[in-house]
Amino acid sequence: MAQATEQQILDGLAEIIDEIVGIDKDEVTPEKNFIDDLDIDSLSMVEIAVAAQDKFGVEIPDDELRNLKTVKDVINFVQNLQA
Amino acid sequence: MTTPTPRARLRVPNVTPGARILSFGDYQPSKVVTNDDLAKTVDTNDEWIRSRVGIAERRIAGDDESLVDMAVHAGGKALAGSGLAPDDIDLVIVATASHDVPMPNVSAPTAHRLGIHAPGAFDLNAACSGFCYALATASAAVRGGSARNVLVIGAEKTSQWIDWTDRSTCIIFADGAGAAVVAGSDEPGIGPVVWGSAGDQADKISIADRNSFITQEGQAVFRWATTAIAPIALEACERAGITPADLGAIVPHQANLRIVDSIARKVGATNAVVADDIVTSGNTMAASIPLALAHMIERGDVRSGDPALLIGFGAGLAYAAQVIQIP
Repeated sequence: MAQATEQQILDGLAEIIDEIVGIDKDEVTPEKNFIDDLDIDSLSMVEIAVAAQDKFGVEIPDDELRNLKTVKDVINFVQNLQA
Repeated sequence: MTTPTPRARLRVPNVTPGARILSFGDYQPSKVVTNDDLAKTVDTNDEWIRSRVGIAERRIAGDDESLVDMAVHAGGKALAGSGLAPDDIDLVIVATASHDVPMPNVSAPTAHRLGIHAPGAFDLNAACSGFCYALATASAAVRGGSARNVLVIGAEKTSQWIDWTDRSTCIIFADGAGAAVVAGSDEPGIGPVVWGSAGDQADKISIADRNSFITQEGQAVFRWATTAIAPIALEACERAGITPADLGAIVPHQANLRIVDSIARKVGATNAVVADDIVTSGNTMAASIPLALAHMIERGDVRSGDPALLIGFGAGLAYAAQVIQIP
């Protein structure tokens, strides 16, 4: 897909998170930490990464996934690879 | 290459159009190990185990209970349910990846103890997908005329390959056996198998050497299982000529309840019961699919004639899927 804006990625990510772990879209904001704030565990993170791959066309390998602590981290990662 | 001119023509048997499962059998050791029991010896707890892998309790064999003992119990039950006599069985296949010695195999002594006289007997190692591989092999043997009836057993004593101080594996794996009797039939009851492997990922689930235990890269395996397997399962439906809506049951290998749910969701069979035997049985590798099926039939979750989708996947990495008809 064409390069997405930060807001588009945030919206897409919120949709994925809602679908996989049932967290309300409004809860998903850039500063939120996946583990501490959203209570998302490592296996759900893998499912989210796979869904994000389908949605944004950007592969997030397991090694990278460990470094993506916040919603903002994922947005930056996707934007950097799409650029 | 040219076909050689035969000096004598070889005779081949008449082929049977289909194969079907006559009956299932199951066996689990009597010792129940709960999450609270494990929390006494490793740093874990009931809530964590239930939410990550979906297991509440599992069965573990005693020191005096061998892989052959478990295979005999499950195989004997399936044989009794089939209405066949021991001598009607021409081939015994045991799918296992947890035998303590490379020889003798599990199948020959198991057949002997069941009173089956001199059948073909071999073990098959495709780890957690072993039962689906064995079922496909049995179906081919029956249809090709190499055996009239086949006893297929998935049996595992994983506990002898577990590091009981490793909290990432000891909470998952368990012991047990499940079996099925396969016979020829005019009406096909075992669909074509879709099988394959990804040997480039052989290190993802392994036992390093004879003094080691099962280790797995949980995240990598989880990613593979939740992405690569559903398309295989859908292909098995297509090759059997049915749609997911026709399925009465989906029986994925009971690896992890979250993997099971993910695969079932992606297959999208709205009318099907999804096996969740892992909750009380744990991950019994090659035994998990026949164990789950036997329990579902016993409880009346599925009816005779229902198409059920079996999906094996695990170490190798290897996978196999096929549609069967519930006997």
